[in-house]
Amino acid sequence: MEDDQNNIAKTQEERRRMEQQLAALNSVAYDTDLYGDTNREAYVSSIPATDDDENLDAVENDIARKMASYTAPKSLLKDAPRGGDADEDVGFNRPKKIIDREDEYRRRRLQRVFSPERIDPFAMGEKTPDPSMRTYADVMKEESLRREKEETLKLIAQKKKEEEEAAKAGKVDSGGAAVAPVATQKRRNRWDQSQDDGVEAAAAKKAKTSDWDLPDSGGPGRWDATPTPGRVAADATPSLARRNRWDETPTPGRVADSDATPAGAVTPGATPAGMTWDATPKLAGLATPTPKKQRSRWDETPATMGSATPMAGATPAAAYTPGVTPVGGVELATPTPGAINLRGPMTPEQYNLLRWEKDIEERNRPLTDEELDAMFPQEGYKILEPPPTYVPIRTPARKLLATPTPMGTPLYSIPEENRGQQFDVPKEAPGGLPFMKPEDYQYFGALLNEEDEEELSPEEQKERKIMKLLLKVKNGTPPQRKTALRQLTDKAREFGAGPLFNRILPLLMQPTLEDQERHLLVKVIDRVLYKLDELVRPYVHKILVVIEPLLIDEDYYARVEGREIISNLSKAAGLATMIAAMRPDIDNIDEYVRNTTARAFSVVASALGIPALLPFLKAVCQSKKSWQARHTGIKIVQQIAILIGCAVLPHLRSLVEIIEHGLNDENQKVRTITALSLAALAEAAAPYGIESFDSVLKPLWKGIRSHRGKVLAAFLKAIGFIIPLMDAIYASYYTKEVMVILIREFQSPDEEMKKIVLKVVKQCVSTEGVESDYIRNDILPEFFRNFWVRRMALDRRNYKQLVETTVEMANKVGVADIVGRIVEDLKDESEPYRRMVMETIEKVVANLGASDIDSRLEELLIDGILYAFQEQTSDDANVMLNGFGAVVNSLGQRVKPYLPQICGTIKWRLNNKSAKVRQQAADLISRIAVVMKQCQEEQLMGHLGVVLYEYLGEEYPEVLGSILGALKAIVNVIGMTKMTPPIKDLLPRLTPILKNRHEKVQENCIDLVGRIADRGAEFVPAREWMRICFELLEMLKAHKKGIRRATVNTFGYIAKAIGPQDVLATLLNNLKVQERQNRVCTTVAIAIVAETCSPFTVLPALMNEYRVPELNVQNGVLKSLSFLFEYIGEMGKDYIYAVTPLLEDALMDRDLVHRQTAASAVKHMALGVAGLGCEDALVHLLNYVWPNIFETSPHVINAVMEAIEGMRVALGAAIVLNYCLQGLFHPARKVREVYWKIYNSLYIGAQDALVAAYPSLEDEHNNVYSRPELLMFV
Amino acid sequence: MQASDRFNINSQLEHLQAKYVGTGHADLNRFEWAVNIQRDSYASYVGHYPILAYFAIAENESIGRERYNFMQKMLLPCGLPPEREDD
Repeated sequence: MEDDQNNIAKTQEERRRMEQQLAALNSVAYDTDLYGDTNREAYVSSIPATDDDENLDAVENDIARKMASYTAPKSLLKDAPRGGDADEDVGFNRPKKIIDREDEYRRRRLQRVFSPERIDPFAMGEKTPDPSMRTYADVMKEESLRREKEETLKLIAQKKKEEEEAAKAGKVDSGGAAVAPVATQKRRNRWDQSQDDGVEAAAAKKAKTSDWDLPDSGGPGRWDATPTPGRVAADATPSLARRNRWDETPTPGRVADSDATPAGAVTPGATPAGMTWDATPKLAGLATPTPKKQRSRWDETPATMGSATPMAGATPAAAYTPGVTPVGGVELATPTPGAINLRGPMTPEQYNLLRWEKDIEERNRPLTDEELDAMFPQEGYKILEPPPTYVPIRTPARKLLATPTPMGTPLYSIPEENRGQQFDVPKEAPGGLPFMKPEDYQYFGALLNEEDEEELSPEEQKERKIMKLLLKVKNGTPPQRKTALRQLTDKAREFGAGPLFNRILPLLMQPTLEDQERHLLVKVIDRVLYKLDELVRPYVHKILVVIEPLLIDEDYYARVEGREIISNLSKAAGLATMIAAMRPDIDNIDEYVRNTTARAFSVVASALGIPALLPFLKAVCQSKKSWQARHTGIKIVQQIAILIGCAVLPHLRSLVEIIEHGLNDENQKVRTITALSLAALAEAAAPYGIESFDSVLKPLWKGIRSHRGKVLAAFLKAIGFIIPLMDAIYASYYTKEVMVILIREFQSPDEEMKKIVLKVVKQCVSTEGVESDYIRNDILPEFFRNFWVRRMALDRRNYKQLVETTVEMANKVGVADIVGRIVEDLKDESEPYRRMVMETIEKVVANLGASDIDSRLEELLIDGILYAFQEQTSDDANVMLNGFGAVVNSLGQRVKPYLPQICGTIKWRLNNKSAKVRQQAADLISRIAVVMKQCQEEQLMGHLGVVLYEYLGEEYPEVLGSILGALKAIVNVIGMTKMTPPIKDLLPRLTPILKNRHEKVQENCIDLVGRIADRGAEFVPAREWMRICFELLEMLKAHKKGIRRATVNTFGYIAKAIGPQDVLATLLNNLKVQERQNRVCTTVAIAIVAETCSPFTVLPALMNEYRVPELNVQNGVLKSLSFLFEYIGEMGKDYIYAVTPLLEDALMDRDLVHRQTAASAVKHMALGVAGLGCEDALVHLLNYVWPNIFETSPHVINAVMEAIEGMRVALGAAIVLNYCLQGLFHPARKVREVYWKIYNSLYIGAQDALVAAYPSLEDEHNNVYSRPELLMFV
Repeated sequence: MQASDRFNINSQLEHLQAKYVGTGHADLNRFEWAVNIQRDSYASYVGHYPILAYFAIAENESIGRERYNFMQKMLLPCGLPPEREDD
């Protein structure tokens, strides 16, 4: 130890000297004019390691600070658009570790500790509990002790601070200096932050730097009772006692440092990590070449830190450190990978080391005799006997020393390739166990010991068995996993709750757990829970510790999973146990614990019913002992409301009564959460339940007058959600009352307040009873002055909220008022703002039409829209396009005067260099085509048509697609005859475009062609249509179903236009192609042609084609028949006799597919002609279908069974039953099984009809089977 | 059952069939099937009012009595099950 310290000191000294030299060298080049005079003292020279006062995610931090008590899924809070990295690894998603996506706050789950099992008082009966067991009382006592300790520590700290303060003040006073230190110590009020930001920032800095100088005051304090996630440093009470990584000597035994590996505290039962460490030989050398990954500094083990740390006092000249670092002395402390203990929890860096070591060992292993033989020539060498005294050294330490370790800077050397080596192929685990990852060793390491299972005690054997099964579930292949899971479930009671949970739960706390693994383990818990039932009681708290974090996971499915487990757990353990387990956590000092507990309680409430929980909630919410308990209790109510929605209604009054006193609580946090809970309750109950809120109206009312800042925001939110529940008169009154304050808060610079105000205004305005005049005169002016500013368009959430609120107002006050106010802004210079204006106008006009808009406003509007449309630089969301379309469509004929101008713009833009602009112009044509027709601007449209026609040479497929779409729109409105260019010119230009493989082009093109074929086929010569037919065949390959369907329909139109013969010939030829999808589509097309041109035009050719001795063709014909009979339905009765011989043949064919397809044709036929008198043919066909019932291929048997079902419908159940009876009691079981299957489906389909057809059974001695009733005769 | 059968529609179909009481299986014996037939028949008689009326006329009973009788007969319609021979 002593040596190490000296070494470190020496190295530090050395480094400092070196850096000073370097700094001296560099100081010449440093331009102070340019960069300003840097005061290095102002830098923060220490980095706090333990306190959660620093949040790395700036957005998160900001939001978290403001939203500390607003709950919303983090995904919502964080979904500000972020570019790039999401798309990076599309395709193969590597399994992600949960911890990687968690934020600081969520990671606190790892700090939670499993408490020992608790006693199950129900199982005890009347016995007094064993004193060694933990009871509820013990837990509560511990909890209160902990609280007391915290309080005391807090007091001590405060006292110390005061003393220091006094001392400092004395000094300052004598110096006569300013008040600054007082400001430093002022407790920061987060809400008012902006007002005295400068001072605060200074204070924060001071606080941060100071902890380095101040004497250690002892006590690992984190006293702030609610350390909310994004809390800033100065907010936590004095930071002097903050534990700092740099304070501690980096001794090798420090892996278990609570900061570095949070899981250290998790496994109290495991071997203390330090011991194993000390036992391993310490080695010099091996400069840790651990790959420096982009990873938060906090995750790293001291191992790598030791090398990279700039020592205290040294200037943080990061660029120089690497060169200086790998001096032997410091490296003494670096743990060698081989020495990493397998028992204690490991950090990801250690795993990397371990992997790396394994790799090195593989490469450096001693050469075997065979390898040597292969290397050396056979003769000329002699193999010497090793001397008899030689004993190979086997200690791992030596082996490591023997490996070549670079002593200097670890440079990268190109690894030699060894093709014979199998990288990454894990060594076989014994006994068919799945591969174990290095991080699994600490949990499953015992399985690797090749002990004789017979010698183990039954307990150990059980443990081993559980471990094996769990490992299989966690890492095994799906079948392994399945059987293991089943075994765990089946044997759950045999294994017992204790051994099971003691194995499963630590696994869930593993820091490197992946989503999939967690899912599997949670599944195990769920299954096991079900089996164990009341045996889980002692483990309820332990389970909650690992499951509760799932409730705040950002992954939706994880949250659902967590809820399910907790709900099952509460059903298994019962309410009393759940309450007993969770009660101590309700006033836990850690906010994280309270938060998750509140959520868990809401799940318990939804599982066991709210009434059961009410008395407890009431008691908690009125707790005198601590405000934390009240806070949590009220939060539980909030969570219940969020979780179960309108199901709170029956209990609404009692829930409100339970929390209402919180509005006047002495603690600000409690008041805030109460208001938020009321908001949640009102939101859940809407539109009912106003009478339950009567009692809180007054305090809320008083509250909004007396409170400021955050509390006010919460109160406003509550009122905003309660007002919509009121009757019209009251709503109007209250709205007016609250509006005064809302209008005052319009000016608030706070973003969160802004959002809440917007939301509340929206709620109030949309309420019945709030008059439009009032809104127009009292709200609108201020609203527009404060909110309709450019800045609002920059934040996406503000933008959305503002648009929504404005649209809601427009619903009340009408289009003209709103549009009139913002129409000028369409010409604003800020594009995002213009877009916001446009979106609002679009929504308003789409909702309410444009009849309110007078001619002056109309002019302004069109002018503005044209301006905004032309000035846009990028419009990915098509806001401008949609807005333009919506306005033009709602104005209708009133656009006529502006159309030439609009068309001029469109034409100009169609010629633009940018593809995007051209595309948009074409899209705009398709949106306004209908209106142009209304305005009788057919000539203009014709002109546009010609222009578009000229642009058919467009090379960008997206644009070409849009142009085709525009042409289609024009053709649709002006009709085939008036179309310019004439159809006969247009269509030949489209034929080559059909070859285009781009989906958008294909879709629009086929739609247009189909349209022409449908309505104007006569304008085009038949030869052209045939050419198109050939092109269409290719389109049957398209991936998009819409395209294939449009193609198939187009075949029908074309066949109708030019007669089926040629089309049919083309299609029948296409049956010979190899591609299955192509053939399938062809058969559908044939069927459609048959349907549109009557079956008799198609059937002869089709049946003739069946004579082609080729499987594909015959099957295609059969399939066409099947589709054909499906489409033509009862028209089939005229053709059934014609095709029967063909089907007979097919049903007797050797080929399975023939029989299958024929069976499905028979099914469709039977269903089509049911009740039309074709029974003779159908019975004949049934005779051919029936022998196929013994087929085993799933598709065939399905088709056959369906054919029989079809027969049941067409022939009646009685006839099919008669077929069935012959085999129901057949001596061969295989036969019986099939017949009973048919019988059963017959029975389900037509149970009643069978009654008349059942055979009459003969009576047996005691049993009467006859049914005499049916023989009765009047 | 084959491996392929386990995942296709047939397995679901069999599950569906198993939900109906009156469906059968390969090991059903004469007695059990007959019981199902009898019960289905009585249920059908009771369910169709015209048939019930017809039986009532034929037996010179009231319709209600007929219905009651049929319902009673649904309990053990064929008498007690025969002794199992195979054990």
